[in-house]
Amino acid sequence: MNFGEILVEALTLTLLYATPYLYSALGELFVQRSGVLNLGVEGMMLMGAFTAIFAIAPAGLGAAPLMGVLLAAAVGALMGLAAAVVNVTLQAEQGISGIGFSLFGLGLSSLLFKVLAGGVIVASGFEPIHIPLLSDMPIIGRIFFQQNLMVYAAFALVPISAWVINRTKWGLQIRAVGQNPAAADTMGVNVVRVRYTTLLLGGALAGIAGASLSIALTGIFQENMTEGRGFIAVALVYFGGWSPWRVMLGALLFSIANNLQIWVQILEVQIGGQPIPPNLLIMVPYILTIAVLIFARQRKRLEPAALTKPFQRGEN
Amino acid sequence: MSQTATLPSGHRQIQQAALRQIVKRFPGVLANDRVNFDVKAGEIHALLGENGAGKSTLMKVLYGLYQPDDGQILLDGQPMTFRSPTAALASGIGMIHQHFMLVQTLTVAENVALGIHRGGAVINLEGVRARVHELSLTYGLKVDPDAYIWQLSVGEQQRVEIVKALYHGGALLILDEPTAVLTPQEVRELFVTLKQMREQGHALIFISHKLHEVQELCDRITVMRDGRVIDTIANEGVDRRKLARMMVGRDVTFVPEHPGVTLGETRLAIQHLTVRNDQGLAALRDVSLEVRSGEIVGIAGVSGNGQRELAEAISGLRAAASGEILLSGKPMLRASVSERLRAGLAFVPEERMKHGIIGAFSVAENAILQNHGVPPFARGMFLNFGDIGRHARGLIERFNIKAPSTQTPAKNLSGGNIQKLILARELSRQPVVLIAAQPTRGVDISATEYIHSVLMAQRSAGVAILLISEDLDEILALSDRVAVLYEGQIVGMLARAAFDVETIGLMMAGAHHQRD
Repeated sequence: MNFGEILVEALTLTLLYATPYLYSALGELFVQRSGVLNLGVEGMMLMGAFTAIFAIAPAGLGAAPLMGVLLAAAVGALMGLAAAVVNVTLQAEQGISGIGFSLFGLGLSSLLFKVLAGGVIVASGFEPIHIPLLSDMPIIGRIFFQQNLMVYAAFALVPISAWVINRTKWGLQIRAVGQNPAAADTMGVNVVRVRYTTLLLGGALAGIAGASLSIALTGIFQENMTEGRGFIAVALVYFGGWSPWRVMLGALLFSIANNLQIWVQILEVQIGGQPIPPNLLIMVPYILTIAVLIFARQRKRLEPAALTKPFQRGEN
Repeated sequence: MSQTATLPSGHRQIQQAALRQIVKRFPGVLANDRVNFDVKAGEIHALLGENGAGKSTLMKVLYGLYQPDDGQILLDGQPMTFRSPTAALASGIGMIHQHFMLVQTLTVAENVALGIHRGGAVINLEGVRARVHELSLTYGLKVDPDAYIWQLSVGEQQRVEIVKALYHGGALLILDEPTAVLTPQEVRELFVTLKQMREQGHALIFISHKLHEVQELCDRITVMRDGRVIDTIANEGVDRRKLARMMVGRDVTFVPEHPGVTLGETRLAIQHLTVRNDQGLAALRDVSLEVRSGEIVGIAGVSGNGQRELAEAISGLRAAASGEILLSGKPMLRASVSERLRAGLAFVPEERMKHGIIGAFSVAENAILQNHGVPPFARGMFLNFGDIGRHARGLIERFNIKAPSTQTPAKNLSGGNIQKLILARELSRQPVVLIAAQPTRGVDISATEYIHSVLMAQRSAGVAILLISEDLDEILALSDRVAVLYEGQIVGMLARAAFDVETIGLMMAGAHHQRD
């Protein structure tokens, strides 16, 4: 392959690998805008990833790919519901309970994988869809319009999320509940219900994010295959200042960080005449996450004022 | 009284709302004990009582925020059950809370739209905007539907609250201490609006503990104390002392004596002080101020004009950007909190639960927070519990603190007694400078009286006192001089002889700049 082809391939992969980030981070964005921090995204993604591949694999249920996504969403939503019971109704410490949900998802998905799939599971899920005319364009067609359905849907979710948050009643209620739940309560907004619905959505999207990873990106499932992407999604919401568009930029940035090896190859980056060790490159997304969270301190004023604070009527 | 069933806001009138035998219990407290109360269309009915008398609880029952344990709510004779504020709103009851129930990051129209639960999934902001505009014209309440709440002054935010209530019904409006945060001019404007609404057939409930406001505005007065209604009387010809007696249960002296004292040396000097707030913006700009021994200097101003940052900068809790702070002539701008304490500074903070005490610590432990490391409270590395206990018992006696024992966790005391404990601790260190921030906020009248008398006694004893308060009456009663803070600057400094509510009010609103 020549330089140009590698570049096109890298950009195509950037969109592809941004997909799980987009689903999970946009879901988390809804949750955080309503004033809840869900640190269990990682576990929900892992459960979604396993559910989806087990649903569609010939060795599993042999269902259609869309059915796999749907089941993953349902499993994610179920975990979201559990997180809502723990965080909203029982008012647990959200950071701690979230770690619990992540560990639970990691453990359960690994166990199910061993028991149900016996160690290996492979399935071909979504095939690339060539969008008529647009996909025939040189370069741009390859990068943007020969992706699979899950990629298109993920990017479509960005404007949809922005519209829902800014233009709908539910979005207005989410914003109000995340900033000043007591005020929303006096206006007849059911604070608990709003937070339950965002956690259900956040869980479902985390499940779909996992599904996209297993059946739209890789076609396999491995233990802990998310490798911290769920936690990165939480960081992305901070990075994006709670705006869907900036979250998308963050998703693209982290996607590039994930595929840094290809980029290093394209740009022929070398240190002292030696290629950069691949292990160093694999570290980059995680270092970037820490950097983002330090940087996020500057974004304090954009943060929903009631984030991580349980709501109790009459305490004002 | 008008007999039309429709109000200018387009909603149906409520002829009469009545609360019958309302009982509301909280763990350990009987907040409302068989309370009867009613209000009619075309009437402003005052609900008068001290903090903790049960006024707010009663109104939260009427507004559906609390469910009564017993009793009945009647609207025009119909028994009602309000499971939530939505239900109360739908029946025409609106409430203006003491702490505004507005979402700062939303616009006026969006805040109003939050209460719309009918219709499709998409908000019709255009419609809301038009209706808000219409209401603001009908009722003379100037609001911009597209302004964000955080951009608005306190007075404007209150107008938004009223418009919001009118939009969603508001035939009956409950106003919970609406004047507490306003300048005198804003209070007057509010009263004009409320009187107009009375003429138009609204029923209004005005909660307050300020006697003169109640007397100026209301038709009937219901006085509550300790969760019970003492009496409901007509305002016409009522004696203010009698009202105060009903409210407190004994006679009250309104204004402490203000004897002349000879001023001593300058104890606290602030020079060209600039301080940034949490957002990094200038909260205080080039503020200069002196307080001499035997003098109380009052800082007046509407909340959020730099008072908090001033107190924190002097006490050392917030780093100042530039300028100088002198305690008895010694520069202290970069000094640590403990250096300032040793230089004779005492500080009664605005948020007593957060900065004044450690709630889980006992009264005795709270009384030695600053000097637990020095004899007689410490012997080497050990605490001397004998002397610590004696010290606490002494303070409880001297400052009349109601505490079951010296070992009671401080958070279990009432607000007034916590405030007395803080004051006692600060004064036991024999300070030369005392910063008192909102010393009587949310404190009952007896404790307020007592705290005022203590401050006056300290003034006579030669302490230099900086009194920061949003309660203008308190400032005027105690201060020798008043400085008015507006947007982080001192916009006026008046000596006691020149005190004038009108002038100070205009300065607080930023309309007036004057120096000495």
